[in-house]
Amino acid sequence: MKAVCWMGPQKMQVRDVPDPKILSPGDAIVRVTSTAICGSDLHLYNGFLPAMEPGDIMGHEFMGEVVEVGRNVKNLAVGDRVIVPFPIACGHCRNCERGLTSICENSNPNAYMAEKLMGHSPAGVYGYSHLLGGYAGGQAEYARVPFADVNPFKVPADLTDEQVLFLTDILPTGYMAADMCGIKPGDTVAVWGCGPVGQFAIASAYLLGAERVIAIDRFDYRLQMAREKAGALTINYDDVSSVPDVLNDLTAGRGPDHCIDAVGAEGHSHGPMYLYDRMKQMARVQTDRPIALREAIMACASGGTVSVVGVYTGLVDKFPMNAVMNRSLTIRTGQCHVHRYVKPLLERIQKGEIDPTFVITHRMTLDEAPQGYEMFNNKEHDCEKVVLKT
Amino acid sequence: METRWNSAEQETHTAGPQRRRPGEHALPRIATRGDAYDTGPTEPSRADGMASLLGWFSIGLGMAQVVAPDFMHRLVGVNEGSRDNAVMRTMGMREVGHGVAILATPQPAKAVWSRVSGDVLDLVMLGRLLADRRNDRTRVLGATLGVLGIAALDYYTARQLDRVGQQAAAVTREPGILTKRSVTVNRPVEEVYAFWRDLENLPRFMRHLESVRVLDGRRSHWVAKAPAGKTVEWDAEIVNERENELLSWRATEDADVHNEGTVRFSPAPGGRGTEVRVALRYEPPGGVLGSKLAMLWREEPGQQVQDDLRRFKQVMELGEIVVSDATYERGPHPAQPPAEV
Repeated sequence: MKAVCWMGPQKMQVRDVPDPKILSPGDAIVRVTSTAICGSDLHLYNGFLPAMEPGDIMGHEFMGEVVEVGRNVKNLAVGDRVIVPFPIACGHCRNCERGLTSICENSNPNAYMAEKLMGHSPAGVYGYSHLLGGYAGGQAEYARVPFADVNPFKVPADLTDEQVLFLTDILPTGYMAADMCGIKPGDTVAVWGCGPVGQFAIASAYLLGAERVIAIDRFDYRLQMAREKAGALTINYDDVSSVPDVLNDLTAGRGPDHCIDAVGAEGHSHGPMYLYDRMKQMARVQTDRPIALREAIMACASGGTVSVVGVYTGLVDKFPMNAVMNRSLTIRTGQCHVHRYVKPLLERIQKGEIDPTFVITHRMTLDEAPQGYEMFNNKEHDCEKVVLKT
Repeated sequence: METRWNSAEQETHTAGPQRRRPGEHALPRIATRGDAYDTGPTEPSRADGMASLLGWFSIGLGMAQVVAPDFMHRLVGVNEGSRDNAVMRTMGMREVGHGVAILATPQPAKAVWSRVSGDVLDLVMLGRLLADRRNDRTRVLGATLGVLGIAALDYYTARQLDRVGQQAAAVTREPGILTKRSVTVNRPVEEVYAFWRDLENLPRFMRHLESVRVLDGRRSHWVAKAPAGKTVEWDAEIVNERENELLSWRATEDADVHNEGTVRFSPAPGGRGTEVRVALRYEPPGGVLGSKLAMLWREEPGQQVQDDLRRFKQVMELGEIVVSDATYERGPHPAQPPAEV
């Protein structure tokens, strides 16, 4: 089959690889009909994650049709149309039982690697480095889905691929970002990053009762989308000297009640601090540039919530812990526990409360994936979200 | 609220190999040995810190003697006529030698003793200087007192290091390697114990075991994989068992591979499954040296036991061992479906 393979930093290739097979009686094989490039794939694309091997199959946002099931699979049959959440859940460990599927205790067979870097291992993830399991990803014609009784979710036939594809990751991730804030009526929420997750965080904050949402980015086309499609008030950080100052101004000195970091490890800014972070990252003294996170902490209202869904890959410097501690901030974070959000969000899509297709700017074939990565990474052609059709 | 500080819960929480209970002397000694291994000797002692301080002091003093012998002669009060820079430089190089020896070895006891002998030499030479009336005797006396002080510190540190070394030796005198690891399994203790108690299940999650055959209620025959496609076999006997709590086994006297193990089971606090704690002692095929070499390839015993316990958890919770595309076959390769199953 054809698959998008990571061959080195900024080197993606579509290659012929063996078809996936049932490796365990609980597996299913899915023929991928739609898949997408995620902003977090760009961290791999740019080589910021360790434990990648040339030839690794990329992709953790995919859906399709079940073409084969292992003999132990009960909840799924050949022909079912499913979306597949990006974290792999075993369904039986304590964390899965309490709905925290992105920290499944069993699904990462390379847990020992992750433990060395993170203390404990999170769940395995499709196409997201050997550190998170070494699973072949879904940017391919077929994919193996382990624990098929708990991972894939069947989707109604009257919804198109594009309407449900983002249930695999970015829609619930944006939703969880807002959910973790514990929004109350009248609250102001600020969202750093107007990529697809940021857009869905803005939309979700409104769904959960926010009075107003302020969005921060540097690309006008993304800010325009945030204004027009998600209803945010926007700040282009390239046009202002200090984002926290502007947020103070907008909130008359209090700061936003909740701040969402939908940027993660590769934040941008201007000024000497940014150059300092960039240099340290290039020298490998720090792996991540926590620019958005620092701003979110400094800007957040005392007693407020900083919700982090942007992906971090290693260590950060200059973390303003005194602001966090002395101002009673709550930091909530996590890779999205997708499984717990699929059903409620599917209902919202069916009721028309949210239409996730608004983030799609590019539709390409699997063969065009390498160009898609380059375009998405360089923010060319107003690229917001690339969907790949197989 | 999850914290309920009733006594019963605290009891289960602390009950592990760390803690002795009445009647515990019936356990194989492995558990108590394990406790000693975990505490004192492996932690760096204060004597280690003092040793490196003395090492750097040696290097500093020695360098001064080598680089500025005139100044050092003046410092200790040697009269101009008797100054011999070559002697001072030789003494300096000896001093640097002590320092390097102390800093370069993880067990610096001997090197610190060499400093003590150097101090004696220094004192002899200072004694001769004191006898010579042409020298500045106040300075020589000051230097002598200084050396006496340092010598006392050297002696004390060397003694301390010896004592720590003896403690470590007392622990490692037992043959083989002791490994302790633990895991929490999300199943009731009865189920977890029963699975382990059926020793024939062990090869399902212990990667290095080929088979275990139960001979009778106490004895079993074990076959393990060895390097180069060979196998090693031995008989083991259960030496202690308490249902749902503890199981200890040991290779019989005539076994080629001496090994013993204890596994403890206790309900996790708050009813969150079962805590499984394993202590294993075994003599690796290549001896302790062989196991050090094996560590280079991650085949270090602690990691092995940890991996086995992770697989045990998977077998108990999922009934299978989790594989990904990159772990289906061993050795580094890309995360692609295997060509053949």
